[in-house]
Amino acid sequence: MEELTFTPEIKPPSTKKDPKRWLKDNLFSNWYNTLLTLLAIVLLYFLFKGVYTWVFTQAKWEVIPPNLRKLSVGKFPKDQLWRVGQVIYVLAVLMGLSAGIWKGLNQQITSAVACVGAVIALLPIQVNTSLREAAIIATTLIAVSYVLGRDLQNLKRWVIIGWVLMFPWMMFMLHGFGENSISTILWGGLLLTLILAVVGIVACFPIGILLALGRRSQLPAIRWISIAYIEVVRGMPLVTILFMGSLMLPIFMPGDFRPDKVIRAMIVLTLFSAAYMAENVRGGLQAVPRGQYEAAQAVGLAYPQTMTFIVLPQALRSVIPTIVGQFIALFKDTSLVSIIALTEVLGTADEILGDPKWTGYQPELYVFIAVIYFIFTFAMSHVSQIVEAELGVGKH
Amino acid sequence: MKRFGFHTLIILLTFLMAAPLFADSHESILDKVKKRDKLVCGVHGGLPGFGFTTEDGKWSGFDTDFGRAIAAAVLGDADKVEFVPLDAAERFTALQSGEIDVLIRNTTWTLGRDTELNTDFAPPTFYDGQGFMVPKSLNLKSLEELDGATIGVTAGSTTELNLSDTMRTLGVKYNEVTYGDIDTLYSSYDAGRVDVVTSDKSQLVARRKDLKNPDDHVILDITISKEPLGPLTIHGDNKWNDVVSWVVYATFFAEEHKITQKNVKDYKTENPEIKRFLGESGDIGKKLGLSADWAKQIIMAVGNYGEIFERNLTPIGLPRGVNKPWTEGGLLYSMPFR
Repeated sequence: MEELTFTPEIKPPSTKKDPKRWLKDNLFSNWYNTLLTLLAIVLLYFLFKGVYTWVFTQAKWEVIPPNLRKLSVGKFPKDQLWRVGQVIYVLAVLMGLSAGIWKGLNQQITSAVACVGAVIALLPIQVNTSLREAAIIATTLIAVSYVLGRDLQNLKRWVIIGWVLMFPWMMFMLHGFGENSISTILWGGLLLTLILAVVGIVACFPIGILLALGRRSQLPAIRWISIAYIEVVRGMPLVTILFMGSLMLPIFMPGDFRPDKVIRAMIVLTLFSAAYMAENVRGGLQAVPRGQYEAAQAVGLAYPQTMTFIVLPQALRSVIPTIVGQFIALFKDTSLVSIIALTEVLGTADEILGDPKWTGYQPELYVFIAVIYFIFTFAMSHVSQIVEAELGVGKH
Repeated sequence: MKRFGFHTLIILLTFLMAAPLFADSHESILDKVKKRDKLVCGVHGGLPGFGFTTEDGKWSGFDTDFGRAIAAAVLGDADKVEFVPLDAAERFTALQSGEIDVLIRNTTWTLGRDTELNTDFAPPTFYDGQGFMVPKSLNLKSLEELDGATIGVTAGSTTELNLSDTMRTLGVKYNEVTYGDIDTLYSSYDAGRVDVVTSDKSQLVARRKDLKNPDDHVILDITISKEPLGPLTIHGDNKWNDVVSWVVYATFFAEEHKITQKNVKDYKTENPEIKRFLGESGDIGKKLGLSADWAKQIIMAVGNYGEIFERNLTPIGLPRGVNKPWTEGGLLYSMPFR
């Protein structure tokens, strides 16, 4: 039997680095890196100092609190604000219930919304009382219905029905009827931005899928119509289509028939992003290997079944990042409706600046609005990352 | 199969092309407004003094007051008006497509606009003129001294054309910087990126007070253009244009005769013209297709021209200038009410 010789055990080099070592390795490894680091520090210092002094000493934030209502709901009549409240409360209950019943993603989204509500409720600045009130009620409703939802699994179907009915109910609630109806021209601010974005996002998705499937269809009529639609819409700027929808359409329409301006903007935004959505989805469809189609056919699935159960789930999963990118772009594109005289949140800012009392406050207002946009878009991309993680995209 | 798709497309297109044929209606906008019981008026969404909304969403301004005056005359209620904020680019299309009944949005009456844009003008409500604002330190007196200066203007307005016309006549060379947006123009001027800013004097006055040091800037005593700003209606609807025109004249007339919002209710007079004006005799209301007390409604709702001016434009620092009754040496001249 041979004698085994052991080499002395060597520990692997430590992957943990003490801060000093980290600094040396990453920032001061040689003379030019040291120089670049110092330069960057100086630049950052001046940048930070500039931003800091502007935000905390120079900026005249007093423009925000009195205009907060206008920024959130536009010219919506004060005595009718309960309508917006109703919509928010029902939404809060639905979200709470969904979070309680389905857990997972619903829970995360809902808790994020609840956090925003809580922040508004506790905001240290002088806020319009009705806004604070609404935030408190909404947050409480979310919490209560979440707790209830955990024990009420049999409510599932009703909650789904609730979500489906949410949109018509919201439109009905906000618009009202008869004598007291509120013209959509009075809708504005963040309310209008969110309505347009949500409607656009929800509606463009199925249309986009249909167009993508249509473009790959074996039937020439469907294929050519899909291609023509996609290419024509993608070949025009959104501004042009908005102009067409808002100003040209009434010229073509007979007599006094005028679809509502907000509805027209919704249609335009939906149709516009559907064309882009179609191309995103088509990209996903192309990524599904042919074998999947053939396997589906081999087990005797018809076209609709093949698509719904085999192909689309795989196709959509692989294009989540682009789809979310599209949603974010759509959310920001809603700011373009201000050129057709709909005052979404950015248009509201311009309106506020027209008041002689508030001329010259544009930096503060625009920064405030940029922050609002950032909060929403960041939340959207964050949610998409959660979805990706749950579906294991990029892993298998 | 292929042919089928093409044919469908052709048929669809034919239907689209034929759609305008179904459009009709030679009904006057006056009747439409009465039927709708609401006036739709295109305005500027955010022009200090002329058209803007306050924090609680109420419309306020010189232009919007004329919109309210028309609503008061036609419908007897100044609140029955819906204001549609419009961009400079879309304002005329909005009028042509019938989206709005009347456009009162700081629009200069020019021959081109009167003839080519399918619009008719009502009498100007505000006589403006293009001027120049310069830093006081430059100590400028005449335009010739602007040789080599950088001048800021807003794009897509008559301002740009007036500037180049004037400077070419004078033989002065200058650098032009065009801005798409008014706010950027004035903040650039304030930051010293342009030496001079040129625009309608009303705007210069309104914007000067928002500069860092308003007293360091002067508006030159030079006016290079005529900018009569007034309401517009669609071309060919004379009945409606008459109504809008006489609403404007009514505010002039009331100021001439010292009829104010306060005293109009029990204004006692033997002057036959004023009696006709107030609807106590004659039938001028009927001739216009309005109620007998239409003019009274206007004055009760918004006051006479002077009151409208003082409520909206005096606070932003605009002097009356030529916007005075002709009896006081101004340009406001009401046609006779008979």
